[in-house]
Amino acid sequence: MFFQNLQKTLRQNIREYGMYIALFVIMLIFTITTEGVFISSRNLSNLLNQTGYIAVLAVGMTLVIVIRHIDLSVGFLAGFLGAIAAVALVQWNLPVFVVIPLVLVLGAIAGLITALPVAQLGIPSFVASLAGWLIYRGLLLLVTEGTGTIIIPDATFNALGNSYIPDLPEMAFLPGVHKITLLLGLIGIVFFILGQVNDRKQKQAYNFEILPMDLFILKLVFVSAIVGAITWVLSGYNGLSWTVVIVLIVLAIYHFITTQTVLGRHIYAVGGNPEAAELSGINVKRIIYVVFGSMGMLSALSGILFTARLQSATTTAGTLFELDAIAAAYVGGVSAAGGVGKVIGSIIGALVMLSLTSGMNLMGIGIAYQYVVRGLVLVAAVIFDVTTRGKGR
Amino acid sequence: MTSPILEMKNITKEFPGVKALNNVSFKVAQGEIHCLVGENGAGKSTLMKVLSGVYPHGTYTGDILYNGQAQQFRGIADSDKAGLAIIYQELALVPEMSVYENIFLGNEIRNGFLVNWNETIKRASEMLKKVGLTVNPATKVKDLSVGKQQLIEIAKALSRDVKLLILDEPTAALNEVESDNLLALLRGLRDHGVTCILISHKLREVFAIADSVTVLRDGQTIITLDAKKGEVSEAAIIKHMVGREIENIYPRREKIPPGEIVLEVKGWTAFDTLLGRDVLKDVRFNVRKGEIVGFAGLMGSGRTELAHSIFGNPDGYHLKGELAIKGRKAVFGLPEDAIRAGIAYVSEDRKGDGLILSQDVKQNISIANLRELASRGVVNANAEIKIANQYKGSLNIKTPSVEQKVVNLSGGNQQKVSLAKWLFVKPNVLILDEPTRGIDVGAKFEIYTLMTELVKQGMSIMLISSELPEVLGMSDRVYVVAAGRIAGELPISEATQERVMQLATN
Repeated sequence: MFFQNLQKTLRQNIREYGMYIALFVIMLIFTITTEGVFISSRNLSNLLNQTGYIAVLAVGMTLVIVIRHIDLSVGFLAGFLGAIAAVALVQWNLPVFVVIPLVLVLGAIAGLITALPVAQLGIPSFVASLAGWLIYRGLLLLVTEGTGTIIIPDATFNALGNSYIPDLPEMAFLPGVHKITLLLGLIGIVFFILGQVNDRKQKQAYNFEILPMDLFILKLVFVSAIVGAITWVLSGYNGLSWTVVIVLIVLAIYHFITTQTVLGRHIYAVGGNPEAAELSGINVKRIIYVVFGSMGMLSALSGILFTARLQSATTTAGTLFELDAIAAAYVGGVSAAGGVGKVIGSIIGALVMLSLTSGMNLMGIGIAYQYVVRGLVLVAAVIFDVTTRGKGR
Repeated sequence: MTSPILEMKNITKEFPGVKALNNVSFKVAQGEIHCLVGENGAGKSTLMKVLSGVYPHGTYTGDILYNGQAQQFRGIADSDKAGLAIIYQELALVPEMSVYENIFLGNEIRNGFLVNWNETIKRASEMLKKVGLTVNPATKVKDLSVGKQQLIEIAKALSRDVKLLILDEPTAALNEVESDNLLALLRGLRDHGVTCILISHKLREVFAIADSVTVLRDGQTIITLDAKKGEVSEAAIIKHMVGREIENIYPRREKIPPGEIVLEVKGWTAFDTLLGRDVLKDVRFNVRKGEIVGFAGLMGSGRTELAHSIFGNPDGYHLKGELAIKGRKAVFGLPEDAIRAGIAYVSEDRKGDGLILSQDVKQNISIANLRELASRGVVNANAEIKIANQYKGSLNIKTPSVEQKVVNLSGGNQQKVSLAKWLFVKPNVLILDEPTRGIDVGAKFEIYTLMTELVKQGMSIMLISSELPEVLGMSDRVYVVAAGRIAGELPISEATQERVMQLATN
């Protein structure tokens, strides 16, 4: 009975669980081939930090692809806005807490500008954002041309890309372990369990279909174990980095918007069938503006994270970010046909792609082979997506 | 009768659940203009698709004899080779290509591996002369009027040495002068030995040109009339077209005196910028509280365009005229505005623009009125499931759960989901566009019963339908729409199938 239920649930949600399984398998393989180096605290921590600036782009790109559009301009927009942040800090001497909101607002405006011809004139977003790609690349060069690389001396700003959250003073209990990280992980697990139990109670009150008790417990244990394991590994190095904290906050906000709000529903309705959405009283143009505006803002955030990580703005910042973000979204289960895809999936997708890079680097595999392997994984992910579509529910 | 060029014997074609053609026989004599008439869904187009090989040999039963020989067309290419050409209502021209390229598309005049463009242009000019068209062959097709494009299609057919020309509603999009020119051309072709099958809804036209007429109804041949024997008359054709009893599936309801006017439209004209013509002209009608108002007419007469133009104009027509809700002038910029004003529109095309197939039942039901389920922009998912389950029960939607994806439901149940979505909006005026198209009789009856319930509660319904018995069986009042105009308004007591058909086809 238990295994039948498990099998049924797995089969119904194969699309959803597929990429988690893929990530798990990839990590397992690299852990074995690198004799455990891959799963070490230090490597995993680095991996997550490297994923950060692609992950936030992938979150925004998910929504763009869900509404059947694309945004190619995000890479150089991130680079350009990162350079603007550097200029604002170094040349204009603005404080960090002014620069960051300023750059985020500029990003949102840039997104709205990309959306303008798309929404008003029906210009394909591929073309509109390709124009943006060229323009922002030019602007990035313009800003960094005179000075070359702009070094950022501001420690607070650089911390976003390099530093870790503070910890309690060292004590005898659990030496060498980042206790705040551990504590946050624990709190996360408790919140997750309480939320799930509460949700289940409500569903029962309404007499809705719920998972059988044994499966429910299995799910709780499984998720808690994974979160616990990741926290444990991270707390063995420097703990949570600010980058990871920011990505988690972005993820939480976007997950909430897409799954719980009217706006989220409208976005997915526009993606599922734009004509039906319009006839259902949804302002399709508004949705296009909102999604591209959010994409622009997340590009700005990506630019900030990347610039902070390098502690400088360079002339080539942002090159190919857009393609990494698009690949992450597709690997994460976003459907090219529109209307289907989750932001969590895209983050997992970004992790899959970065794990491949990191793992192959550790194994000493040449960059040429790395591109080929990543290409194959991308194709495999989309084939999986297409062939499992329509099965389950 | 001269020897038949074409004989179709005992053709039966089934689609899952529907017998589109049931033992149809159809005979066309050499060198005649043979008209094929019947109501929408009678099987005319299906028959022509069987003939031309769109439905290849083996997917239907029965025999096709062409020039006395049995044919087994496996595709359009086969029928094309045999000298058959079919011209559809939606033209199959490439708008961005020139006239001469279009005429010889797929039949290029070759010079080895290359196309011989000089010869192509010369031959194209000859074809154009044959159809009486004086345009530069280098003109792009998109720059020509629909009437001229139609002639290009015929020129294309002639370039392939066509013996049997089939035209599916060629004059539907043409004005009167263009129609007359086309008919004259067909007569000229007949005199040069081209046989012609013409599908048309315009009976005046059929009467003017046909040598013989075959009437189809419900997938069966009813009769073939011969013009030389004086059998062809409008009255005779209409009688055979509609000659079925109204089945007693329309629930009886008490007549209540009509209430106040809830929706009124005056001088309503809509210009379609893509087609470059008016799709609605000076339309005037009203709907009263608690009333079912039928909108009859042929396909393409402008009924759906009328519904869209009222419902916030999503197609972006240029509108002129007045729209009033409960006596107050209203202007809707988007469907959103129309919904707020209490109008709901159940689309004729559930899969195209009605439902979001990739989403589940509950999401489709709630999408037009999510705000009612939300507080501060956050949707109450449990309340949503509850509402969806209520409609699942009250409309008898057959689905294992409201979390089933709509794509997995049958047509009738999809239609019920579509209805539930709009009932949840709680409208004053419900526009139903072909609400029973492609669904079985049981589900039809349920929808009729629901309509009766709704008007009893004070809702008003605009019923757009191509099924005449449905319009006559359900409505309190009927408007007949023809060529973008209101051709007439009939109280239900005066609305007979013959009367409506007469208005719709003139």
